[in-house]
Amino acid sequence: MTELERRLARPPASAPFDVRAATTVLAQRATEAGLVDVAYGSLDSPLGKLIVAVTPRGVVRIAYEGEVEESVLRELAEGVSPRVLRAPERTDAARRELEGYFAGTVRRFDLPVDWSLVHGFAVGVLKATARVPFGRVATYGEMAASAGSPRAARAAGNALHVNPIPIVVPCHRIVPASGGIGGYGGGEDRKRFLLDLEGALPA
Amino acid sequence: MRLPPFQSLVDAHAAELHRFLVASVGPADAEDCLQETLLSALRAYPRLRDGSHLRAWLYTIAQHKATDAMRRTARHRSEDLDGVDPGHLSEPQHELADDALWARVRALPPKQREAIVHRFVFDLAYKEIGSRTGTTEDAARQNVATGLRRLRMEVDR
Repeated sequence: MTELERRLARPPASAPFDVRAATTVLAQRATEAGLVDVAYGSLDSPLGKLIVAVTPRGVVRIAYEGEVEESVLRELAEGVSPRVLRAPERTDAARRELEGYFAGTVRRFDLPVDWSLVHGFAVGVLKATARVPFGRVATYGEMAASAGSPRAARAAGNALHVNPIPIVVPCHRIVPASGGIGGYGGGEDRKRFLLDLEGALPA
Repeated sequence: MRLPPFQSLVDAHAAELHRFLVASVGPADAEDCLQETLLSALRAYPRLRDGSHLRAWLYTIAQHKATDAMRRTARHRSEDLDGVDPGHLSEPQHELADDALWARVRALPPKQREAIVHRFVFDLAYKEIGSRTGTTEDAARQNVATGLRRLRMEVDR
């Protein structure tokens, strides 16, 4: 190795690179340029950390802790747009309402919803679910009927189980006609917590 | 065509792109150049047909941004020269030798500069330089050799 090559192996010094800070600047500039199709951030809740993703149309995804962040982001890239960026301030409105909900001050979400990740029969089921008010419950069969297939209670249950926007689309308010609280995509404990929060836990 | 979320590209490659740009345009402009690179990449991203060479694609964009930045710097420098007392233009004596050398690296033709940075800052083999820069192993070796020859001439002058 020549002297010149030895000198080239010592690159110029610079301040340590901070990927979070760089992402913040990028997200801001990309937002101004209209280039962020999906923005996400996270939120601490009584049910653990939540990932909240929004598009210019509305809330598109809420994920409970336990779902792998990488697969959630991949799902968004494939189902909505690959222009996915960490931009927490873009999710502020959604995060504020969710915080209010857990604090008991928000009973109805005013957030627009982006249904991009919902397809087929699930669209009718989840839109019907979104109309079930705070503190009330409805049955899987009723949601199936609202979606136009009264006998498809099981299919409605499946659609609710993979609801991409839990809490805001309150699939926890849907329970079996036969009694009990039924299953929940985020786990039964979380469903019980949410129904209890709303004073709607069946006896 | 399935593309990963753009954020994962940022998380995986922004730090090395920044290093690449520090060497290519200097510490002062590297951050800006990186932002330009990522913004351009984000703009073009959904239209990409092939998601298998994302890293090389990012380096290509960074390389273009570095070339643009060096052109701007060169233009400013020549504008600054107008009407300035030449006495103020001599390089300060305390400047470290390596800074002067890196300034010369930055002034190399883009392909040579890029190859030199990959070779010496990242310590990459020619084959790897080729795949990162979208060229061949031979072309990478050639670019490094030509760049080194040129630097040697300038440094030894």
